[in-house]
This record gives sequence, C-alpha cells and structure tokens, in this order.
Amino acid sequence: MSPSLLIPAIIVFTAVAYQLGLKRSHAVAGPDGPRSLHSRPIHYAVMVAMACAIPALMVFAVWHSCQSTIITQLVVAELPENIRSLPANRLNLVVNDIRNLVVGNVGVGDTVKPEILEAVDHYRSLSATSSAAMAVIVLLVGVIVALWARSLITPELRARNHVERIVRYFLILSSSFAIFTTIGIVLSVLFEALRFFKSVPLTSFLFGLEWSPQMAIRADQVGSSGAFGAVPVFAGTMLISAIAMLVSVPLGLMSAIYLSEYSPKAFRAVAKPLLEILAGIPTVVYGFFAALTVAPFIRESGAVFGLDVSSESALAAGLVMGIMIIPFVSSLSDDVINAVPQSMRDGAYALGATKSETIRQVVIPAALPGIVGGILLAVSRAIGETMIVVMAAGMAAKLTANPLQAVTTVTVQIVSLLVGDQEFDSPKTLAAFALGLILFIATLILNIIALYVVRKYREQYE
Amino acid sequence: MSDIDMDKTNKTIDTVKRGLARRYAAERRFRLFGLIAIVISLSFLVLLFGTVISKGYSAFQQTFVQLEVTFDRAMIDRDNPANSDFGGLVKAAMGREFPEVSGRKDKRKLNGLVSTGAVYQLQDMVSTDPGLIGTTNLVWVPADDDVDMLMKGHAKRTGAESDRRLDDQQLAWIGKWEQEGKIRKQFNRAFFTSGDSREPELAGIWGAFVGTILTLALTLALSFPIGISASIYLEEFAPRNRFVDLVEVNINNLAAVPSIVFGLLGLAVFINFFHLPRSSPLVGGLVLTLMTLPTIIIASRASLQSVPPSIREAALGIGASKMQMVNHHVLPLALPGMLTGTIIGMARALGETAPLLMIGMVAFIVDIPDSFVTPATALPVQIFLWADSPERAFVERTSAAILVLLAFLVVMNSLAVILRNRFERRW
Repeated sequence: MSPSLLIPAIIVFTAVAYQLGLKRSHAVAGPDGPRSLHSRPIHYAVMVAMACAIPALMVFAVWHSCQSTIITQLVVAELPENIRSLPANRLNLVVNDIRNLVVGNVGVGDTVKPEILEAVDHYRSLSATSSAAMAVIVLLVGVIVALWARSLITPELRARNHVERIVRYFLILSSSFAIFTTIGIVLSVLFEALRFFKSVPLTSFLFGLEWSPQMAIRADQVGSSGAFGAVPVFAGTMLISAIAMLVSVPLGLMSAIYLSEYSPKAFRAVAKPLLEILAGIPTVVYGFFAALTVAPFIRESGAVFGLDVSSESALAAGLVMGIMIIPFVSSLSDDVINAVPQSMRDGAYALGATKSETIRQVVIPAALPGIVGGILLAVSRAIGETMIVVMAAGMAAKLTANPLQAVTTVTVQIVSLLVGDQEFDSPKTLAAFALGLILFIATLILNIIALYVVRKYREQYE
Repeated sequence: MSDIDMDKTNKTIDTVKRGLARRYAAERRFRLFGLIAIVISLSFLVLLFGTVISKGYSAFQQTFVQLEVTFDRAMIDRDNPANSDFGGLVKAAMGREFPEVSGRKDKRKLNGLVSTGAVYQLQDMVSTDPGLIGTTNLVWVPADDDVDMLMKGHAKRTGAESDRRLDDQQLAWIGKWEQEGKIRKQFNRAFFTSGDSREPELAGIWGAFVGTILTLALTLALSFPIGISASIYLEEFAPRNRFVDLVEVNINNLAAVPSIVFGLLGLAVFINFFHLPRSSPLVGGLVLTLMTLPTIIIASRASLQSVPPSIREAALGIGASKMQMVNHHVLPLALPGMLTGTIIGMARALGETAPLLMIGMVAFIVDIPDSFVTPATALPVQIFLWADSPERAFVERTSAAILVLLAFLVVMNSLAVILRNRFERRW
C-alpha cells in the first residue's frame, strides 16, 4: 500500500477511534449522564483518536525513512561478488542505476546487464513486501493502542489533562522549529564550509585577490589551477550594496520625512500603500527590469558621453536594488520618526525654528539610532539579495571600484556554483557553502546590531 | 543706556528678519526634496509596470496560419497515430500553398514559417477523431515565433536582409498570406495550457503554475498549523525562561536571513542528507515552509496580543482550562489576523526564486508535474529561465508570465486586506 493510500486509511481509523471513545465515555458515565465524568466526553474521544493516530504515524515515519536504505543493503548483499567488490563510489553508481531502473527512468539505448535486471526485480519484490508489511503493521499498531486507550476509560480518568498535555507538547515542538532551522542552517553551511577549508586555507579564501572557481578535470588542461580568493567577490558585493544604499537611503528617508511631517492625510493614505507595493514585487521581476530596461539604458546613455559601460554594470544592478529597498528604508524611518515625542517638536517651534529646521536639528538627531538600525537592516537585505544580481550583474570577479564595470557578488557566485550539474566533493561546489557561511555570518551580525539599536531606541521614548 | 538697549533689540530682530527669507527658502526647498523623493520612487513603480505591461500584453495573442491539410491515408498509421509522418502532412500542405517553391534550401525556409507545434496539433486531431483520415480540412496552425514577432510589429520588415530574422522571400510569402486572410492573431491558449518549450510559440506557463500550486499547497499545509501552534505557545503558555528567549531570538533572526541561505539548507539537508528527490515540489515546499514560518509566527503573535486580557480572564473565571480558554475564545478572535499574516507570508513565498534555484527547481521541464515528487519548476523560476533566453518572443512571454504572477500577488494581497477590514476588531 502506497503512502497516498495509507495516510487516508490512518485518518479513517482515527475517526473511527474518535467515535469509539465518544460512545465508550457515554457508556461508562452511568445514569447521571456525562456530568459524572471527570472530563467532557469529547476529551475521551480525542484521547482515543490520538492513541490511534500518533503511534501509527510514528511507526509510519520511521519505517518509511528506513525502508529504502535497508532494501538497498539487502539488494547489494545479493549482487554477484564481482560487483560487490567494486570500490564504494563505483558501487554507488550501480545502486543508483538500480534505483533509476526501479522507478522506470531508463535512458534510450541503455543495455542493462542481466544481473542488474535481477537485482531490479529483487528490489521491486522487496519493496512491495515492505510496503504491504508496513501497511499492516501501522494500522495494527493504531488499532491496538486505540483499543488499549479505550479500555482505560473510566469516569475517574483525567482525559482532559492527558489530551491537553499532548497538545502542549505539540505546541512546544512547533515553537522549537525555529531553533531546529537555525541549527540546520549553521550545521549544513558550516559542515560543508569546513570541508572546503580543508582543501583551501581560510586565509587564502578571505584575503586572496583572485577568484576563478574551477577545478581541473585533467591535470594538464588550460586554467587547471582554481583560485579561491574571495576578496573580489566581497568587493563586488559591497560596491553594488553601496550603490543600492546611495539610491535608497536619500529617497527612502526623504519620502518618510515628507509622509510623516508634511504630507496631507489624503496624500499619505494613497502614497504610502503605493510605496509598499515596491516591496511586494518579486525580486525576479526587478531582475528582469534591471537586465532588460535599466542596463541597456545606462549603457546607451554612457555611450552618449563617450563612456564605456559594461552591459552588466554594477550601476544597473545597484540602482534597481536601491529601488527595491526604498520602501524598506522609508517604512522603518517612518516608524521611528513617528515615535519621536511631539513635545520635542513643540519645543523647537517655541524657539522659533521653522519646520525643516526642527526636522533637521531635532527630529532626525533624536531618531538617528532608529534610522541607523533601519539602514543596517536594509544593508543586510542588499547583500543577501540574489535574483537582481544574478540577472543583472556579471559573473567575472573583477577587483574594481568603477560602477560602470561588471562585478560579481557573493550570491551570484553561490548560484552559479550550485546550479546545474555538480559533484558534491569538489572544492568548487563546497566554495558556495563557504560563501554562504560568510553571507550568513555577515547578515546575522548586521541583524543583531540593528535589532539591538532599534530596541534600545524604542525603550528610550516609551 | 536706553539707546544701547534699543540698538541691541533692533539688531537681534534685524538678524532674524535678514535670515528669514533664506530660512523660508530652505524650508520650501526641503519640502520640495521630500515631494521629489516620493515622485521619483513612485515613477520607478510606474516605469516598472509600464515596461512589463507594454512588453507583455501582446503575448496573450499568437499568430496562426491557415493551412489546407489533407490527412493522407498513406501517411497516417491508423492504429498508431504517434508513428505517422505528420511532419510530411504539414510540408505537403505548405507545398500546395506555394507550389512555385522548389529546392531544398527554399523549402526549408518555407517550412520554417510554421511552428513545429503544428505536427503535434495534427497528431492530436487525428487521435481524438480518426474519422479525419482521408479528408481535407482547413486547419489553423501556430506560426513560428519569428513570424509571430513580425505580425506583432516587434520585428523589422525593412532594413538590411542580414539584420532580419526573416528574409525578403519569406516576407513575400507572409505578404501573400496576409492578402488572402490566411494569417491572423488569436487568443494564445497554449500560453495558459502547456508546459515549457524551447520554441517560444509553444511555451506556456501551465507546468510552472502547477508546480507553484503544489509547492505553495505544501507550504501552507505545513507552515500554517506549525506557525499558529508556535505563536500560541509563545504568547499564551510559555514561561519566561532561557528556552523561550532562545526561540524568540531565533525567530527574529530567521526573519532576516537571506532567502538563498534557506536554499543552501534545503540542498544540504533535504537533498544531500535525506535524499529527497531533487527539483520536486516536496523539497521546494519544505524550504519555503522554513522560510515563511518566522513571518507567520510574528504576525500571529501580534494578532494574539491584540486580544484583550479581559476575554481570557472571563473564560478562566468560569472554570475553563487554559487550553479551553485558548481554543474556544482567544483563537477564534485572533484567527483573522493570523490568516492575514499567513496570506502575506504565502505571497512572499509565491515570488521567491533564489532558494528554489538551489534545490534544482530550475531544470527545463516540459511535462506538467502530477505529484509532489516529480520534477517541477515554479512560476518565478520560469520567469528567470525565460528571461535568459535571447529570442524576442521569450521577452514577450517573460513579461506576460510576470503579469500573471503579479495578478496572483494582487489577488492574494487584496484577500488579506479584505480579511483584515472585514474581521479585524478594535478593542
């Protein structure tokens, strides 16, 4: 029985268990009705239903995750001696072939050896047996535990407390997903990055000036020496982020000031949601816009002035990224400007300051920590942004501060190293994880500082 | 003495007055800067939408050519239509249309005007209605993308021949069709019903769309219950201890982690460690779940916080357990806000591309995915793939796919706004 049938079966069994529990609780309640029970009948019913579903699902999950490994072991054990004695990586290829044949992925014109075909048949029969056995055992476990729970039902049974305890465990489990995710990110990125640093020393990665991430297939081929010095990549990221901030900080900040201090209510009600739309547009759309409209426009206007602008200039990518970040800066600044107490403005007006003088000399200095925090968050968005730079920035790592030339960024390199065919052991692929680690650490530090600054600032005026 | 006093006050007021014009000018300038900043930002928005719409609207139409096709008995294998020479039928029909064309090179140029999709179209017609065999029918078949671009005015008709995709001879053939009314634009059904293709005129978004729906369905099914449970625990049950502080710090940080890092997590954990199938909506859904969870949790907590404590105290006061209080009273009141947060999280997941690239949902996939484990792609990734293609016709299709994606986002966001306006209660 396949999982797509087994899951509905478990659901049906659970519903039956629920009804059984409900009936049983009414039966044991006696002549006084449910009032003589410790808990409401529904709690007894839910308890029995949980007793059916939870063990069944647990058995199912364990079985399903182990099944393929165990069957593969069994099949490999049955293979002829000459195949089994192959080195581990060759054996893996054979196993992959078998698995592909089992699911029916056969390349046209492949000739399959008879012993492999035999193994495929063996695999198929084993997995059929395993699926059938799993279905029977899963459902049996559910039925037995549910019946046991039903037999426990007495008027004194504290069913509500049991049910609520289990629900509470589920709630705790759900909240700990955030921790699991962080651990998962740290472990997966760190683990692969450490493997990378075994073949490429950390110092030459962090301080090397040349980035050409290719590994030789043959020792004597051209360009066989890969270079993994990430400085040009970091410099490119910073260049593009700096351009983005040069666009978004003045525009976002001035928009926020106008919207919160000057604008009539009606204008604000229209303009603010329109600005927020910019934040809701998918980044792939910005990437398309950058590559198709902005980059050619910049190149042609550069040509008018006799400048040689690359078609993947840092300027185009940075400009469009800046547009994307405008609403981010403006809504964060808006919040902090609104949080500045009115009494401070009134004080400035009483001294005869004009509105703009009040804003520049009182409101902005008072809101500065919050604004800086918001800008830091925006920087972390900019260096982690992927699609715009993948579509509009270049691939070649050049160490330059000229915004008219093509530069590459950390995220572009991660994508180009990991998209397409990849072998998982080569430093080329692992380099992507090392870059990912740097990216994660950099954004984490920026976020922590920013959140700290913003919180400190809020407390100041609350 | 009094003279000096008078002199002093006069001086101060004079200073103020002298500076006043300058200060008012600075005031007006500052105000203008603010307005200009907003106008510039909004004009970017207009420019973006203008570009996409002006480039994309024409993709909803497609050029078709009318051919007189004879379903020749000799060329069709009645039992096995897939095995027949439908390409021959198309070529024969084109040959009858332009009998004067001879020579291999010219014939190839002529046949190139009709899309390779015509062959599949004829095949489908015969498969559904075998009675066609032996008859001659007028059939509208899709034109090649170069012809399509020409008809839509995106390709030049004049200028040096070598600069154009179609040469003078081909233009003459098309001109004959135009005169006879045998070429026309009609609604582009293929764009909405077919999967990806190397031929722009056959490429559609349906495959990517189904992939997106499968991925988002899984994301919603996982992230909604988990997100709500987590927020309930953190708001209603959690004691103040180290564990809860850790969870909160983690949630706030995860909300700001770049999405591509989630892609790396998916690649390393789900694909390389758990050996889940690459490129599948299953892995895509799991990665997007982890990515949207913080958003949903933060929104749900805000929604729970807005339920006044008096509701909780009333429930507890008449003897409800804490769990009953949450289930019967707090949760129903907070649910609209939670749903709004979830829809906004889903809208973000819908537009997300980078993590899906990492887990291989970027492959060229023609088939429509039919389960959570078949290779699939997603709408934003399809946009990314098409944006890379050099053909002018793909630019048009990319823009059209963007329009579809944006339409979806608009629908989801308006749903969130409606929900909020309809059910939000102010206490």
